[in-house]
Amino acid sequence: MLNKIAIIDYGMGNLHSVAKALDHVGTQKEDHVEISITADPRVIEASDRVVFPGVGAIRDCMAAINRLGIGAIIGDCIAAEKPILAICVGMQSLMTMSDENGGVNCLDIIPGRVKNFSNRLLDEQGKRLKVPHMGWNVVSFDAGHPLWTGIKNRTRFYFVHSYYVPTTEINPGSQVAGQTLYGENFVAAVAKKNIFATQFHPEKSQAAGLLMLKNFLEWDGTVVNTEHL
Amino acid sequence: MGLAKRIIPCLDCENGRVVKGVQFVDIRDAGDPVEVARRYCEAGADEITFLDITASHEGRQTTIETVKAIAGQVFIPLTVGGGIRTLQNIQDMLNAGADKVAINTAAVDNPDFVREAAERFGSQCIVVAVDAKRVDEESKGARWEVFTHGGRKRTGKDAIEWVREMVGLGAGEILLTSMDRDGTKIGFDLDLNRAVSRAVSVPIVASGGVGNLQHLVDGILIGEADAVLAASIFHFQEFSIQEAKAFMDSAGIEVRELAILE
Repeated sequence: MLNKIAIIDYGMGNLHSVAKALDHVGTQKEDHVEISITADPRVIEASDRVVFPGVGAIRDCMAAINRLGIGAIIGDCIAAEKPILAICVGMQSLMTMSDENGGVNCLDIIPGRVKNFSNRLLDEQGKRLKVPHMGWNVVSFDAGHPLWTGIKNRTRFYFVHSYYVPTTEINPGSQVAGQTLYGENFVAAVAKKNIFATQFHPEKSQAAGLLMLKNFLEWDGTVVNTEHL
Repeated sequence: MGLAKRIIPCLDCENGRVVKGVQFVDIRDAGDPVEVARRYCEAGADEITFLDITASHEGRQTTIETVKAIAGQVFIPLTVGGGIRTLQNIQDMLNAGADKVAINTAAVDNPDFVREAAERFGSQCIVVAVDAKRVDEESKGARWEVFTHGGRKRTGKDAIEWVREMVGLGAGEILLTSMDRDGTKIGFDLDLNRAVSRAVSVPIVASGGVGNLQHLVDGILIGEADAVLAASIFHFQEFSIQEAKAFMDSAGIEVRELAILE
């Protein structure tokens, strides 16, 4: 069976890493994976699943998203119950607003606010924590979401970011699907219906990340065993 | 449990081949950077740094192809440094699959290049590589100066001030090499590392001088580095990545274990 993946290209950052990782995972499966890096609504509409990545500053990201009408395209994908994986700034773009760049309105698909790690962040022992939060940190999650299939709770994933969503920002209607401690607990992954969004980079998280991408290729966009959704 | 300290093997490459020598018992061709990078990734390296020491334009095209090949098989962060001078160079490397680029001489020649690069591509992918050498003057205490061209050309810039300036312009990480220690195997310049690490908020990758596993531990516990970069101790199989991690773990340093999948 042909599995068509659209990686939304709005000109921000490195889409090649995620394309290569999906291609790598896809070629290990029997069905054929076709990856398009695109902003064309017709290609995205015709795809089976959608990846919404992003790196860089939120102001530039949102400007590009708004210019290309990406919000409406994602809205259509949500309505069509198409599996969506948002990564890093892609995840932050789905929130209500971000404090970055003096305050930027985002897509408000997942209610919540994106905040800045303080330069005076301390760990539990009182040691200073560096910003950006860069490297491999532990993600705690409850099994249940299909994207965690086969992955052990408290596995490390690769993060690189200076802005984050505190877990307390997530309201009923969405679900904290994974959390990580860096100064405070923040959203490592958030789920809402057919959307799964990660602050970490599965495409850079070696075996566990590749397994998550494989799970995404097999996900039908529905969630079972999750009482909050 | 929190953020792990990173171990980063470094590949020095020229015209698409690993130079400085890499020895793996069961790899036929230890000069193939793709094979070497894949091996380190499987062994549990947290990132790979690829330093291109190619001089020619043709060689740089080869480097782009090599980065593409590595990125197609290695799914951990990949930093590419050496010869990064223009926004187009950065774009080419990111398109090839690099996650970060390390800028060195071009930052010294034009500090504003770092600002432009960070604005265009985001601080998360802009690493500034700093080669520092101790230049103490009597009675003034420890002082380091920034050098370029492999330690041959002094810039007159104070290393601590320089790193502050670079982070202010948008550098997201500092790759700090002690020119006094590079290749000596007597350990990192811990005073330099600690001074730089305390001067800025961003992560510091310590480089230059690793000869044994205690040096890695010292770099983190005394030098306050966030990551340690080493070449020869891994290339010549004096120590494996896992041995390094086990040693660091026993010294109380948090490291990343290989993921166990169910």
